[in-house]
Amino acid sequence: MNLTLKIWRQSGPNDAGGIHTYQVAGISPDMSFLEMLDVLNEQLNEKGEEPVAFDSDCREGICGTCSLMINGQAHGPEVTTTCQLHMRSFKDGDTITVEPWRAEPFSVIKDLIVDRSAFDRIIQSGGFISANTGSAPEANSVPAPRDKAMRAFNVATCIGCGACVAACPNGSASLFLGAKITHLGELPQGQPERYSRVVDMVGQHDHEGFGGCTNIGECASACPKEIPLDVISQLNKDLRTAMKNGH
Amino acid sequence: MAGSTLHDGTTPLNTAPSQTSDDAHGYYTAGEPIVDPVAPTGPIKDRWTNRKFENRLVNPANRRKLDIIIVGTGLAGGAAAATLGEAGYNVKSFCYQDSPRRAHSIAAQGGINAAKNYKEDGDSTFRLFYDTVKGGDYRSRESNVYRLAEVSANIIDQCVAQGVPFAREYGGLLDNRSFGGVQVSRTFYARGQTGQQLLIGAYQAMERQVAAGTVEQFTRHEMLELILVDGKARGIIARDMVTGEIETHLADVVVLATGGYGNVFFLSTNAMGSNVTAAWRAHRKGAYMANPCYTQIHPTCIPVSGDHQSKLTLMSESLRNDGRIWVPKKKEDCTKDPREIPEEDRDYYLERIYPSFGNLVPRDIASRAAKYMCDEGRGVGPMVGDFRRGVYLDFSDAINRLGEDAVREKYDNLFDMYERITGENPYQVPMRIYPAVHYVMGGLWVDYHLQSNIPGLFVSGEANFSDHGANRLGASALMQGLADGYFVLPNTIRDYLADGPFEKIDESHEAVVEARKNVEERIEKFLSINGTRSADSYHKELGHIMWEYCGMERTEEGLRKAIDMIRELKADFWTNLKVLGSADTLNQSLEKAGRVADFIELGELMCIDALNRRESCGGHFRGESQTDDGEALRHDDEFAYVAAWEWGGDSLEGGQPVLHKEDLIYTAIEMKQRSYK
Ligand SMILES: Cc1cc2nc3c(=O)[nH]c(=O)nc-3n(C[C@H](O)[C@H](O)[C@H](O)COP(=O)(O)OP(=O)(O)OC[C@H]3O[C@@H](n4cnc5c(N)ncnc54)[C@H](O)[C@@H]3O)c2cc1C
Ligand code: SF4
Ligand code: FES
Repeated sequence: MNLTLKIWRQSGPNDAGGIHTYQVAGISPDMSFLEMLDVLNEQLNEKGEEPVAFDSDCREGICGTCSLMINGQAHGPEVTTTCQLHMRSFKDGDTITVEPWRAEPFSVIKDLIVDRSAFDRIIQSGGFISANTGSAPEANSVPAPRDKAMRAFNVATCIGCGACVAACPNGSASLFLGAKITHLGELPQGQPERYSRVVDMVGQHDHEGFGGCTNIGECASACPKEIPLDVISQLNKDLRTAMKNGH
Repeated sequence: MAGSTLHDGTTPLNTAPSQTSDDAHGYYTAGEPIVDPVAPTGPIKDRWTNRKFENRLVNPANRRKLDIIIVGTGLAGGAAAATLGEAGYNVKSFCYQDSPRRAHSIAAQGGINAAKNYKEDGDSTFRLFYDTVKGGDYRSRESNVYRLAEVSANIIDQCVAQGVPFAREYGGLLDNRSFGGVQVSRTFYARGQTGQQLLIGAYQAMERQVAAGTVEQFTRHEMLELILVDGKARGIIARDMVTGEIETHLADVVVLATGGYGNVFFLSTNAMGSNVTAAWRAHRKGAYMANPCYTQIHPTCIPVSGDHQSKLTLMSESLRNDGRIWVPKKKEDCTKDPREIPEEDRDYYLERIYPSFGNLVPRDIASRAAKYMCDEGRGVGPMVGDFRRGVYLDFSDAINRLGEDAVREKYDNLFDMYERITGENPYQVPMRIYPAVHYVMGGLWVDYHLQSNIPGLFVSGEANFSDHGANRLGASALMQGLADGYFVLPNTIRDYLADGPFEKIDESHEAVVEARKNVEERIEKFLSINGTRSADSYHKELGHIMWEYCGMERTEEGLRKAIDMIRELKADFWTNLKVLGSADTLNQSLEKAGRVADFIELGELMCIDALNRRESCGGHFRGESQTDDGEALRHDDEFAYVAAWEWGGDSLEGGQPVLHKEDLIYTAIEMKQRSYK
């Protein structure tokens, strides 16, 4: 395949940045989107132009590192991670626009790479169960109902990629937040800190500059791990209960 | 030595090895033998308990004054940072990703072992210990493995308390399954994403300590040098990968939990960034690198589809329970639609050669057999180079027997993933698989306390040579990472730190200045060569050499050839590399250059190690050492030792690595040959 790529290039956080156009030839439909960019980068390197910086690590859809807006969609046209998107989803002769995640708290570091450390700070604010090593009770001494454990698992699969934020017109991280609140809130071990957790995490979310949720649902349709929208209802419910009880 | 009594009253069950072959003559220098200076004694089941008691304490008020650097935030590093932070030490944690949660451990699929005996099926600490030593082909240290088995049950308790959503039964209790050819059910899992869930648990525990102020987190930082002061590890030089700033971080103790180096093969199931740099920089400063040639190859990966490929994806081993593996009998059938090849023209080679285990033979055997079929010219799938590298993993029998729905229920997500990557529907056309590099059992040498031969430098998880011997059983790497991080290091580091705080040093110390200068000069060098080839292209070429000559099967002739080729590649790298951009911004080409430079040197050492070890054992198959019917033949009389290599200077300047041997003496377990026929 031959493709025209329109790629956002920005040499650093303070640079204005802009779209550059490149041609790539000989792209196989078996390549992943990132392997296609590898080909472009080898080409640029040969020509003496600095390769395009983009993030990836596992290339298996599990680490959450890769993050590209492809033709205006977070991770591109399929519901998957960018590393699992393959070139057979495109046609010979296509023009593809590639940009970094756009959201106030995700500042651009270089080209297609953004800073997602706000997610770590949200976790620091309460996204955990306090259990010091060595103090844990025997694992089976606290049974967890299977349906609750299943639901906890289903939402614990969030990979922290940030596609939900990038897809949201408000730049809200509510899906990410809701996934963590639900994961820990469904388990018996997570109960003692359940309400302080939600208050603290929502506080940090707002403090980082993420927007409010107006239930548009773009987040859930872009989420490569299919985190359901109802985690946001659970988030709101826990938050209301917490407020009522004076947390 | 057999029959005599050791000083602790136990009796060794094997004799000390005595190597008579010398294939690597001229490639290395012989060094003094090593013994583990803190090896525990007494009955094996009391060794760790006694040691925990003997290890000295650090009082809580003093812990605040002690600084610990931990490089790596995978299971091994993340768990250690959380636990040492909880204990009140000052921890600095480093990783090259943008968040600790993205460490390579996140990709592990199958599960984690623990001797809980929840199924009352006869599991025990001793049985887990026994299976692990046997599975490692008797090339691991028995005291370390016993300890691993012993703390395994606590890992599950800890993870459940943190909220790790393991699979559960209807009654709400934990479920587990059997895995990797063992006869008991001891593998705990969270669907196919166990590594992710365990890592998120450790990550959250660590972030809690960040909030508490005991752990300081440095993401997008790459360690590029170890700082040694008076022979002790006292800090690291790291590059802030965003600003390019070279930073000095000093501490009382340094822990490397930097994962494995399988990416030396270029194509592997490891994450793109997995690298050997931290370990290799420490090696060049004197830390021994043990058993570097031990590589685990996994039989069920999605095959390479072309030259563009950047990595390989693992398909769960569980597929071998129902899939039948075959290749066409006739070469001319290899390009045909497999559905049109009649039954009598198919060679179900594993079922033919290993009738009792069939498609379920261990990883190394299944991998090698697939390679032989492709080498013979009977591989299937696209031509890559001059080979077809694939064999069929066929579910049509299972679909006929169980129905498509039943198969879908069992393997749906794997089939989807396969289809996404290959564009073929595995319900209709047989899947294609091929072996791939997956894990390395070699790593920095450590003693029983996980301390390297450099005082104050501890190494944990896949980065140490550890507990897996020559071959790792499924579901045991996660167990080792967490055992090291949660339970071993916190106990052994405190004994070391009981002598601290050590004399304060500052950035003006000559050792620090020199370490910094080395890093800066190296970066300067990469940027100034200004040749014609990218770091990636060297990496690819190195990978080809390694896979061809130091991969699944190795021969004396091939390894010698590989060493020559690597030396040529190294000379070319340093004169013809091209790295664009500058040092003071994010520069991925520069990052790669540093990693590839280290991989090249490691690759050379791996070949020398493989050349020296004229035996077939675990993931290491030497063509010269096989039984009459082509099976791996171990030589315990010559090689029941750990090969610990000391850096002896750059080979281009005439340097040679120095080989130190540590004999493996077993007192609790008797060595046996493996057989799967
Ligand atoms: C696809 C796949 C599936 C697997 N499945 C299983 C399984 O089911 N069960 C099982 O037991 N094992 C499995 N394994 C093996 C297991 O996942 C790994 O061995 C284990 O996770 C390694 O953990 P670690 O903490 O030692 O290192 P890693 O998780 O690799 O962490 C390395 C850390 O070091 C950091 N780092 C590295 N170099 C530097 C540097 N120079 N500077 C700064 N930071 C650095 C990285 O940023 C990272 O944080 C699997 C492996 C793969 C590839
Ligand atoms: S909720 Fe989905 S889209 Fe958002 S960070 Fe998690 S996995 Fe990514
Ligand atoms: S690179 Fe890990 S999810 Fe895409």
